[in-house]
Amino acid sequence: MTTTDASARALQLNDQGQLRHFLTIDGLDRDLLTQILDTADSFIEVGERRIKKVPLLRGCTVVNLFFESSTRTRSTFELAAKRLSADVLNLDISTSATSKGESLSDTLLNLEAMASDMFVVRHSRSGAPHFIAESVTPGVAIINAGDGRHAHPTQAMLDMLTIRQHKQRFEGLKVAIVGDILHSRVARSQIQALNILGADEVRLIAPSTLLPSDVESLGCRVDHNMQSGLKDIDVIIMLRLQRERMEGALLPSEREFYKVYGLNTDKLAYAKPDAIVMHPGPINRGVEIESAVADGPRSVILNQVTNGIAIRMAVMSMAMGGQRAQKGQDAEVRS
Amino acid sequence: MTALLKVDALLDDLEQGLRRILQARNIDDPVLIGIRTGGVWLADVLHKRLELTEPFGELDISFYRDDFSRIGLNPKVRPSHLPFETEGRHIVLVDDVIMSGRTIRAAMNEIFDYGRPAGIILATLIDLGARELPIQPDVVGQSLSLKANERVKLKGPDPLSVELRQADAPASSTGQGA
Repeated sequence: MTTTDASARALQLNDQGQLRHFLTIDGLDRDLLTQILDTADSFIEVGERRIKKVPLLRGCTVVNLFFESSTRTRSTFELAAKRLSADVLNLDISTSATSKGESLSDTLLNLEAMASDMFVVRHSRSGAPHFIAESVTPGVAIINAGDGRHAHPTQAMLDMLTIRQHKQRFEGLKVAIVGDILHSRVARSQIQALNILGADEVRLIAPSTLLPSDVESLGCRVDHNMQSGLKDIDVIIMLRLQRERMEGALLPSEREFYKVYGLNTDKLAYAKPDAIVMHPGPINRGVEIESAVADGPRSVILNQVTNGIAIRMAVMSMAMGGQRAQKGQDAEVRS
Repeated sequence: MTALLKVDALLDDLEQGLRRILQARNIDDPVLIGIRTGGVWLADVLHKRLELTEPFGELDISFYRDDFSRIGLNPKVRPSHLPFETEGRHIVLVDDVIMSGRTIRAAMNEIFDYGRPAGIILATLIDLGARELPIQPDVVGQSLSLKANERVKLKGPDPLSVELRQADAPASSTGQGA
């Protein structure tokens, strides 16, 4: 546990234990994670209506503050905010003031002066959303859309929703996370969520060079072999090989990686016959996963994308509700 | 807490009132929608009594409440379920208690997000008055006038009963004031 995680826990809940920010899974309890999943379930139904909108965030301004490129996450956050009836501002950081030398604090002050209610933050530096949550005016909610190697909590929750849809429960489940654990903020958040929600076992399958040095502290079984690693597994989560984060020779070659750790039909047979296959995307076909598996009947990769909108709607509405409930209570205390 | 009303008698009145209004408006294929939680229990009973063949719908208005900005999101929200097209249909909307009218406003907003119905008939078991919006039920089991510290609650689903509570008891979801 880092200091960042410890203070994030205190920061992201209000006095009544409701979500105000969503920075990390770490420290949240099972009831709150289950409430996020249940609320998301209700939002899935909204996506099937003729008018796919509810008025919860009507009048709110949500700013997508992406300091790192992303298509899927940004799009699903934008769609989620719009389905909650919020006004959405997508800030292209590559052409924004920060690239002209303005500090992050000044950029935030300017955005707050535009009466923003929520910032969805993606940043290459771990802890950036936490820093922003500490800096902004009370009442503004911060949602972490991925920070450095630290956390990607909404991705982990949409994965949990997908698992629950297909397996109905977490108890007794064995989940394998395969590939580049070292650089993966998604894997860290997934491991935390699976442990909190009561999964039986989380197994990490990766070469030693792609495992973090503190892997023992994650409470997972480690395997370097797909045949033994996938035995009795209910859920296989393949991770993207993060070429852009590779420093030094962590792999002999992508071809070699695929040969040993890439998921193909033959290796899938080691897992349980009803095991599902997940991937947070974007997929490197032929590097982490074979097309026949990615597009096959046991793949739930596109379900994950659909669930991403519902989870982000749930988290955004719960955080905004928590901010307002806190504000209402503060006003009552003052009066 | 005391038993307040005979629910069976109120349900008889609701059923008769609904039959009359449906006949007067020449509606022979209505669909029922109950507002969670009490309205769904009542819709279930009325659905059987009216011998409707289409399943009834269940509405959770949590995403449409106008007090979200004060109290946040209901943590027990569940998906609404309307197993029929609402476009062009005659809808009977059912709730246990009407007071301010805000719950009904929220419910109608939600129904319109599924499609434009031909019309909506509102049936409530108890009318407490104290309206804050110009919304009136078409059929009512009984109108009540409560003291400031009194609340009513429908308990159920089997058996259904209406209880009177003193306000100093913990408030629960009754549809009052929302």
